[in-house]
Amino acid sequence: MKTALERLYNGIIKENPTLVLMLGMCPTLAVTTSAINGLGMGLSTCFVLMLSNLIISLLRKFIPDSVRMPAYIVVIASFVTIVELLMQAYVRSLYSSLGLYIPLIVVNCIIMGRAESYASKNPPVASFFDGLGMGLGFTLALTIIGAIRELLGAGTLFGFDIMPDSFEPISIMIMAPGAFFVLAVLTALQNKLGAPSATNKEKGEESCAGNCSGCSASCSFRTEGGDGK
Amino acid sequence: MKLNMSISPHVRSHDSTRSVMLDVAIALIPSIIIGIYYGGWRAALVVALSVGSCVLCEFLYDKLMHKPNTIGDCSAVVTGLILACNLYSTAPIWLPILGGAFAIIVVKMLYGGLGQNFMNPACAARCFLLISFPSIMTSYPTLDGVSSATPLTALASGETVSLSSLLLGNHIGTIGETSAIAILIGFLYLVFKKVISPRITLCTVGSAALFLVVFGNMAGETVNLSFMMTQLLAGGLLFGAVFMATDYVTAPVTKWGQVIYACVIGLLVAFIRCYGGSTEGMSYAIIIANLLTPLLEKATKPKPFGIRKEREAK
Repeated sequence: MKTALERLYNGIIKENPTLVLMLGMCPTLAVTTSAINGLGMGLSTCFVLMLSNLIISLLRKFIPDSVRMPAYIVVIASFVTIVELLMQAYVRSLYSSLGLYIPLIVVNCIIMGRAESYASKNPPVASFFDGLGMGLGFTLALTIIGAIRELLGAGTLFGFDIMPDSFEPISIMIMAPGAFFVLAVLTALQNKLGAPSATNKEKGEESCAGNCSGCSASCSFRTEGGDGK
Repeated sequence: MKLNMSISPHVRSHDSTRSVMLDVAIALIPSIIIGIYYGGWRAALVVALSVGSCVLCEFLYDKLMHKPNTIGDCSAVVTGLILACNLYSTAPIWLPILGGAFAIIVVKMLYGGLGQNFMNPACAARCFLLISFPSIMTSYPTLDGVSSATPLTALASGETVSLSSLLLGNHIGTIGETSAIAILIGFLYLVFKKVISPRITLCTVGSAALFLVVFGNMAGETVNLSFMMTQLLAGGLLFGAVFMATDYVTAPVTKWGQVIYACVIGLLVAFIRCYGGSTEGMSYAIIIANLLTPLLEKATKPKPFGIRKEREAK
């Protein structure tokens, strides 16, 4: 239970994949044109991440080291196909607005990163909650970015018209530059306000200086030999 | 006799950022006067709001970030003036305020202030506004006794525009761009005061003329004197070539770099005007060329005297 809560906190706040680890930037920048798109993308990634982490963790003793990447891809691609077919069947409008980015979940760095750095080394339950935490962190960040962009760029929030009539939508916010603006501002705020994330070291805490072997944190940057960048 | 011993430089120029910026501001005055003459108090309000917004944003940013106050160099005033010159006099009052804030905070200060920005702030702010509010940015005012289309739109629909109107600014356009004579006065002032070298401006206008002939013929336009005059004198081409393309920070410093940079602007503006959906394209041409500046500077880096090419040395 303690591990589960720790993994959730780690994924949502401490190592938020979007605002702290800066992983999965492609869907982050491309699909967050509205809050609902961000939420949909986040939840589908979360679903794939949880289950792929679980399966990869269960199979971690059987997958030979030399072919682990293709093996992970097979597992991840299976779940992405499931998500894609489910979305096509039940949430048709979301499916068409996310388009190509649903199949592209297969190559999302967060999923590969968690499989490589956590699920392949840890027991199934912890891996499942790691995937859930990371997925929720991703969902949270994407929904916030999408909400801000939708509010400024279209004057609506989750499709509801909430801005006064005199508000003139700033169209650039729902185009590509708007994604960069909002992501940059949120990341800057996260740093400035000292959110308890992995990049904001508390006072007195020594920086890791890249010595991953002597560190208990689970950075995605950790490499096989234990000496990260 | 008293001899001073000091290290070089021994002869210093009296130019400062402030004096250069004030010269640019003076050069902009004729264009702004023409804009206010035709646009009325509304144009003056747009200019005042734009300048005020730029200066205030720079002041607040410096204060909030605990940086030394930099509004004294007057670069924010120039940014505000150029931005206002790029807007129509009927712009809603929040438009110059938002544009000024974007120019100063996002384009200039976030990259480290004057000298660090990689795009001309006023130009980038104009593009930001143009993309964000296309209907507002292209709804031009109607003036008494003047046809209700910009010269370029009139040209696109097959009408002709008189040369005197193009020179005097007696037609629809943004605050600063209408009068070719006013812009030329500013240009001559800047060249006379040696604030800018005429190279970038002349190459931009020259290459734009050349490429307009090429693309105009290819796109099936009737390329005659009237077409060329309207294309070169109307719209933002002249204003951009004099005041925005020559920005010290975002234009290359090397001689050949400047020539290529100016030709890229000319090529792009002719291309956008002949093939693009909009009749205007100067600001996009400038910011795209701004992005090439570091590459051009690297490619045209002058060789120190006495250094032979590597191949010859071998």
